[in-house]
Amino acid sequence: MTWMQYLAPLLKGAQVTVMISLASIFFGAILAFAAGIARTSSNRVLSGIAFVYVVLFRGTPLLVQLFWFYYALPLIGISFDPVTTGITVLSLLTGAFGAEVVRGALLAVPPAQLEAARALNFSKSYTLWHVSMPQAIIEMMPAFGNLAIQNLKDTALVSLISIADLTFQAQSLRNITLDSATVYTLTLVGYFMIALCLMFVMRFIEMKLRRGPAFPRSAHS
Amino acid sequence: MTSIIRFENVTKRFGALTVLDNFNFEVQRGEKVTLIGPSGSGKSTVLRILMTLEPFQEGLLEIDGISYHEPNGRGPFKASEKHLHKIRSNVGMVFQSFNLFPHMTVLRNIVEAPVAVLKMKRDEAESRATELLRMVDLYDKKDHFPSQLSGGQQQRVAIARALAMRPRVLLFDEPTSALDPQLVGEVLGVIRNLAQEHDLTMLLVTHEMRFAREVSDRVCFFDKGRIVEQGGPEQFFSNPQQPRTREFLSSFLGEQAPSRESLRRVQ
Repeated sequence: MTWMQYLAPLLKGAQVTVMISLASIFFGAILAFAAGIARTSSNRVLSGIAFVYVVLFRGTPLLVQLFWFYYALPLIGISFDPVTTGITVLSLLTGAFGAEVVRGALLAVPPAQLEAARALNFSKSYTLWHVSMPQAIIEMMPAFGNLAIQNLKDTALVSLISIADLTFQAQSLRNITLDSATVYTLTLVGYFMIALCLMFVMRFIEMKLRRGPAFPRSAHS
Repeated sequence: MTSIIRFENVTKRFGALTVLDNFNFEVQRGEKVTLIGPSGSGKSTVLRILMTLEPFQEGLLEIDGISYHEPNGRGPFKASEKHLHKIRSNVGMVFQSFNLFPHMTVLRNIVEAPVAVLKMKRDEAESRATELLRMVDLYDKKDHFPSQLSGGQQQRVAIARALAMRPRVLLFDEPTSALDPQLVGEVLGVIRNLAQEHDLTMLLVTHEMRFAREVSDRVCFFDKGRIVEQGGPEQFFSNPQQPRTREFLSSFLGEQAPSRESLRRVQ
């Protein structure tokens, strides 16, 4: 077998990796906004739930979370297929880290902006979505870019709950061919290419948001 | 005339520091009142309490006959969001640092609140905003963002934004203190025109003594959370009664007058 022949299984695995990564970035982003906003809420119950969620998922290793959801949860009668489990756990983890990014950016909006909103009699939710969020979201983008890359790399662990992702395919290939050097080099290149695409997309979104004269700081950054 | 604002024995503390101590103060409908005094004397706090940006601990405050506190109100303001909403619908505020929304154009800064809060139709709000922008002489900047305007222009937009909500009481918190000296005049010009409005009640915190003398019906001198002296501007400035007031005014005029004079000569 030559390295050209490795490409077909690796590409198949890469597709699964991209699918799991994009899905968990998408759901993770939703969770991040939900939990991040809840953390800044004056409602104690809401912010309490969000706090517990963030602390739990930030404070435990991804691999153990995956095993817990995949092997332990079925014991109390709840079981999902591996792909659903993988996407769920990765979303929850990315969402927990993302929540802190959202919370931090919302807290960084100058208090004077909130006072102006109050003086104009905006409701709290209107202030959040039309005053705070448009200013905060730009500050979130660099950190979100990091999280997206981190998420992609974390997907390698789902191979351990029998999902046929890029890492899983690489392992199988190596077991058959024993050509570790070629297989793992190709795998590294594969992850790196996907990461480059992700970086490009995140950077593009950030530049779109920063474009225009509203935020002149972008001219220097 | 009836009073539109009434502070009765209001006490406001920040931790151990008492900013307003058994404060009593009334403002008549349509009255233009200037609050002056050293920094930390509580004059800005009076405005911030009126705008519901700060709660107070004791006493009674009414605007247009509505009490700030509800009988069973909770939280720092002892009032529900709905009640605060009702109070705020009477009041507008112009801030020292303008506080325009940086992500909105000038026009949207003005239109946003009437549409979102007063449920005004967008085209109606825009035609009103156009009127206000002409009044502050900035119609040609309507599609600019705040970062593209000078401080003086931003403050004029902020005044238009506050007026778009048709407040009965308009509060100015040191509106020219953050401006370069050559931009102060254009903002004072707009406020001067507003002072002609018979129905609008105005409370102005400022260090522009000449201006205070010119536009106010009454000047109040604050020191250590109390009004030490108040009166009509002529009597207040030409014949202050309290030694503390005289001291403050003399130090002030001593520093400010020459620079203003020299500025005028340059112009």
